[in-house]
Amino acid sequence: MKKMAEHKGCETDSDGGKKASCGTAAGENDLPPEIWEKVKNHPCYSEEAHHHYARMHVAVAPACNIQCNYCNRKYDCANESRPGVVSERLTPEQAAKKVLAVASTIPQMTVLGIAGPGDPLANPEKTFKTFDLIAKTAPDIKLCLSTNGLTLPDHVDTIARYNVDHVTITVNMVDAEVGAKIYPWIFYKHKRYTGKEAAQILTDRQMQGLEMLTERGILSKINSVMIPGINDEHLKEVNKAVKGRGAFLHNIMPLISAAEHGTVFGLTGQRGPTAQELKRLQDSCEGEMNMMRHCRQCRADAVGLLGEDRSAEFTTEKIMEMDVNYDLATRQAYQARVEEERNAVAGAKAAELQILADVESDIKILVAVATKGSGRINEHFGHASEFQIYELSTGKGAHFIGHRRVDLYCQGGYGEEDALETVIRAIKDCHAVFVAKIGGCPKKDLLAAGIEAIDEFAHEFIEKSAITYFKRYLEGVKDGSITHVEKGDAEIRPGEVAVDVVAAE
Amino acid sequence: MSLKIAVSCVNCSACEAECPNEAISAGEGIYVIDPAKCTECIGFHDDPQCALVCPVEETCVIDDNYPRYQAA
Ligand code: SF4
Ligand code: SF4
Ligand code: SF4
Repeated sequence: MKKMAEHKGCETDSDGGKKASCGTAAGENDLPPEIWEKVKNHPCYSEEAHHHYARMHVAVAPACNIQCNYCNRKYDCANESRPGVVSERLTPEQAAKKVLAVASTIPQMTVLGIAGPGDPLANPEKTFKTFDLIAKTAPDIKLCLSTNGLTLPDHVDTIARYNVDHVTITVNMVDAEVGAKIYPWIFYKHKRYTGKEAAQILTDRQMQGLEMLTERGILSKINSVMIPGINDEHLKEVNKAVKGRGAFLHNIMPLISAAEHGTVFGLTGQRGPTAQELKRLQDSCEGEMNMMRHCRQCRADAVGLLGEDRSAEFTTEKIMEMDVNYDLATRQAYQARVEEERNAVAGAKAAELQILADVESDIKILVAVATKGSGRINEHFGHASEFQIYELSTGKGAHFIGHRRVDLYCQGGYGEEDALETVIRAIKDCHAVFVAKIGGCPKKDLLAAGIEAIDEFAHEFIEKSAITYFKRYLEGVKDGSITHVEKGDAEIRPGEVAVDVVAAE
Repeated sequence: MSLKIAVSCVNCSACEAECPNEAISAGEGIYVIDPAKCTECIGFHDDPQCALVCPVEETCVIDDNYPRYQAA
């Protein structure tokens, strides 16, 4: 489908420079240079970088040593990879070839992660063998891994030896009482533990592992799955605990839970959070440390820019046929151009904020943006598979707070009633939606739902357009031509858009 | 003197690495235990490791076709 074919990843000129405080940007400015060096091209660690650089995951590690109530391993790990799609499992040798094939095709691919399905550190041989092969053949690629943390302390030295400088630990609790509701059992030192005893061992090991990583200067990101009624309030305490032990970034993700996934939570009807519940929790932790807001809860074999999965281009069958020529010089030249473009737009942000310099207001509104990911409003409403959400305020200007996945409204050129309803549900908390183009009918229906569709900023920078709109909105409120209303809540549909949905278009 | 793996196996491979006797390998669609190598973990651990690590209950089960290993 278009979206994948069109994407060349080189539209890097339009991010509007550094965002005021999206994702990690707030900290990016005051980070020690050696840490900034490590994260600046890492799409998962830097919100800004994720517009420019790509990552890939290889699925070499299917075994796991704990059981989570949100996981059904028949369909991989529901909250670390998109459920319902069984990944192709690779041997370390196949994985290494895949990395070279992808890196040769996508020169802005800078990071290789191993994130299951399962726990990479419950499969240490496969995981480290893969790292070993890649370090030899593609030494410029950064390595990272995700783990549940149970065996992390045993492997920190090996992780350091392979120059893995980013580790993600999934930490859902620091209180065994809470943990017992999330983890039915763990397998540890040849025994199975259950209940609070299991959760206590798990949290002790996770915290010990995190401290050991921090001591060795390895950056740690914490993933937490927000489970309403079980750990939602508690995650504030988790945030403090991990921050105190040197974690660098906290990613609070919404629970993915549907009966058809066959997970314990899916079967007990445990719901996921709403958009505003998730935002409130992320906001309340933001003062404590950097929050990651651009996570797409990717598949364990995702390839490409975040939010734009190209894994279907790199199936094992296709890779094995590919003639791979790993040309480091070409990659570096390409990345140098990306950096030039990226630098050229840096600083534009300050100018954008100037638009709001003489306005003061307590009003904050959300707007949705249809974009192909280059920082411009450049997607047709009907082709958008996700909307980026910005919070507008006079304090922070346009502040990225996340994205909402939707089914394509326009399939083959005509609108579909049901699809439009799901779009409205996903962005109901927004006052406006910015698009490159939109038909008359959906425009009317959106307006009926209280969402203004705006196409006058087509192909312009997102932040500048949003701020211009916001200024006009505030002026309208002041002179009485606009009545400001608070909006309600919206629905989150986590995960990347399915390739088969995209391909069907 | 063996355990066997039932069709409910989801192919996660967790058991393979835990077996002290290298009795487990990937079979067609599911993992399989070589009854000639399996000792029910006796001599190594208190309980069969494959059954403890397996995420699907009742998948690594006693195979009644073989006499229990060193059964008292
Ligand atoms: S750690 Fe991941 S793979 Fe293992 S049970 Fe939990 S969610 Fe599933
Ligand atoms: S019972 Fe023990 S020896 Fe037998 S297959 Fe399972 S892990 Fe291996
Ligand atoms: S641990 Fe269980 S589900 Fe996984 S491969 Fe072994 S028998 Fe199959």
